[in-house]
Amino acid sequence: MSVAPVLTSIAAQADSLLAEQAPFVRPAIDWHAVAPELVLLFTGALVTIVDLIGLEKVRKIIPTLTSLTFLAALIPVITLWADNDELPRQMFDGAWVVDEYSLVLKGLFLLTGYIIVLISTNYMLEGDYYDSEYYQLISASIVGMLVMSSARDLVTIFVAIELVSIPAYLMAAWRKRDLRSNEAGLKYMLMGVFASSIMLYGMSLLYGTAGSTKLTDIGAVLSQGETRPMLTLAIVFTIIGFGFKVSAVPFHTWAPDTYEGAPTPLTAFLAVASKAAGFVALVSVVIYAFPGRADVVEPFIWVLSALTMTIGNLIAMRQTNIVRMLAYSGIAQAGYMLAPLAVFGDRPAQAQSAIVTYLVIYAAMNLGAFAVVIALARKTGSGEISSYGGTFNYAPGLTAAMTAFLFSLAGIPPVGGWFAKFEIFRILTDGGEPWGIALAVIAAVNSVLAAFYYLSIAKQMWFMPAPDGDDSPVVIPPTLQAALVITLIVTIVSGTVLVGQVSDLTDFAIQLP
Amino acid sequence: MFLNQFLLFAAALFCIGVYGVLTRKNGVLMLMSIELILNAVNINLVAFGAYTGTISGQVFALFVIAVAAAEVGVGLAIVLLIYRNRRSIDVSEADLLQG
Repeated sequence: MSVAPVLTSIAAQADSLLAEQAPFVRPAIDWHAVAPELVLLFTGALVTIVDLIGLEKVRKIIPTLTSLTFLAALIPVITLWADNDELPRQMFDGAWVVDEYSLVLKGLFLLTGYIIVLISTNYMLEGDYYDSEYYQLISASIVGMLVMSSARDLVTIFVAIELVSIPAYLMAAWRKRDLRSNEAGLKYMLMGVFASSIMLYGMSLLYGTAGSTKLTDIGAVLSQGETRPMLTLAIVFTIIGFGFKVSAVPFHTWAPDTYEGAPTPLTAFLAVASKAAGFVALVSVVIYAFPGRADVVEPFIWVLSALTMTIGNLIAMRQTNIVRMLAYSGIAQAGYMLAPLAVFGDRPAQAQSAIVTYLVIYAAMNLGAFAVVIALARKTGSGEISSYGGTFNYAPGLTAAMTAFLFSLAGIPPVGGWFAKFEIFRILTDGGEPWGIALAVIAAVNSVLAAFYYLSIAKQMWFMPAPDGDDSPVVIPPTLQAALVITLIVTIVSGTVLVGQVSDLTDFAIQLP
Repeated sequence: MFLNQFLLFAAALFCIGVYGVLTRKNGVLMLMSIELILNAVNINLVAFGAYTGTISGQVFALFVIAVAAAEVGVGLAIVLLIYRNRRSIDVSEADLLQG
């Protein structure tokens, strides 16, 4: 029996099946709107190819090339910002949105990436062995963050959050022969993957409820009717997934161990960029998809926020290692950043802008603090706070810079941090609800607690003698100097001369369904 | 439609997966338990997709499968790294960092 007639009949069936479907039409693509991601993707790929071809010869310039790719990707962000009348640009039926909110965040992520490369350069060059893949993984992770800022669809958000996290798992375990780095990577990877899977389960239930993965569609469906148990489960699971990414208590257990064991520049990356990406996802999902279910979201976030800031600060107080202390302080700061979402129901736009303001200022001050830690570790080779004595004698500039960053983290004027905290307190107390004011009181008590341990480091640096009596100066390489100068300038001006500009920059208009 | 059966099956798989992640001490078995959770998610997505008659559930499930493969690839690489350095993949023995 010949097979030809059978094949023909199969082909005929396939044709008739295809004919029933509407012909595929490619959705319109606004190339300008995706230009930042595409530029970073292609220049990043180009750097990889240069690295593969040049090998040893191009080693020294790979960090420079990588930082240039971030600046190149910043150009379309600026042109999109300049073309203000066109905003918001939408694609794929509103699943991809470029508005002022996403552009500010893209700028933030690209500049953070630039500074991370600056502080990594000498650390990686002088390490046990050189690996240029490190920079390519940072680029990949930053692409994920850029996608995250524009994503308004569960599938896109999921893919973006994984694109941010998977390179970070690898970078946490970067020092292959160091057991502590291995352990950091293992803990981060297991917790991260577990968190993603729980978040996905929540997302699948959200999709089942709304019949769509678009955030605004889900928001429209969720705004109607009663709160059903399945919806509560979906919302809680989704927020738990993001809670892991932003290291909110009780989902924070990976953070201090990973921060301590990972290479320090990567710790700065996790504490600033990766956490900011988690917040962006959380804010987008809560503001666009859950506005009608504030009755579920607000109490849950309230508890998370109060726990996160209190436990983060209490444990930070008894740390002796500066990196662990910064890890717990970062957890506490995440608690402040969560707070606006506990009262977002009546004023989502204000909550969004308060969180982005905090993220921008937090990025500058925390990166700066990590840059000082990396600079001092070049001399002391230790992360113990007790080894920070005498720095005023041999590194007065670094000491002054660290003091500015610590004051900013504690929220003491005139450096940037006070304005970030002020915005949080303002949104919490504006509505006059008792629970908002209660959370503001908890945050205020925590700010005092936090000032205690931040200032004890400043005291150690200014007044204590060097433990080994060694007062030789620290050599700071130019890249690290550049990172310090940029972060110091942003930290200082964001709290003084440019306060108005920062608040204008983060003043968004949002469209809700 | 028999949506309930699919959802209950997925919920059972999810619970087994979470139980496995929380109780197992072996790195590879923890990754396998996470795979169970992801499969529960896929069953949910496909069942909801068929129930609501929309395509995005199936598409989402494809993305989950692809990304889960990447996650497990990276996860096994890290577990292999631990095994090379310690000759053990018992997660509870990785306790250098504490506090």
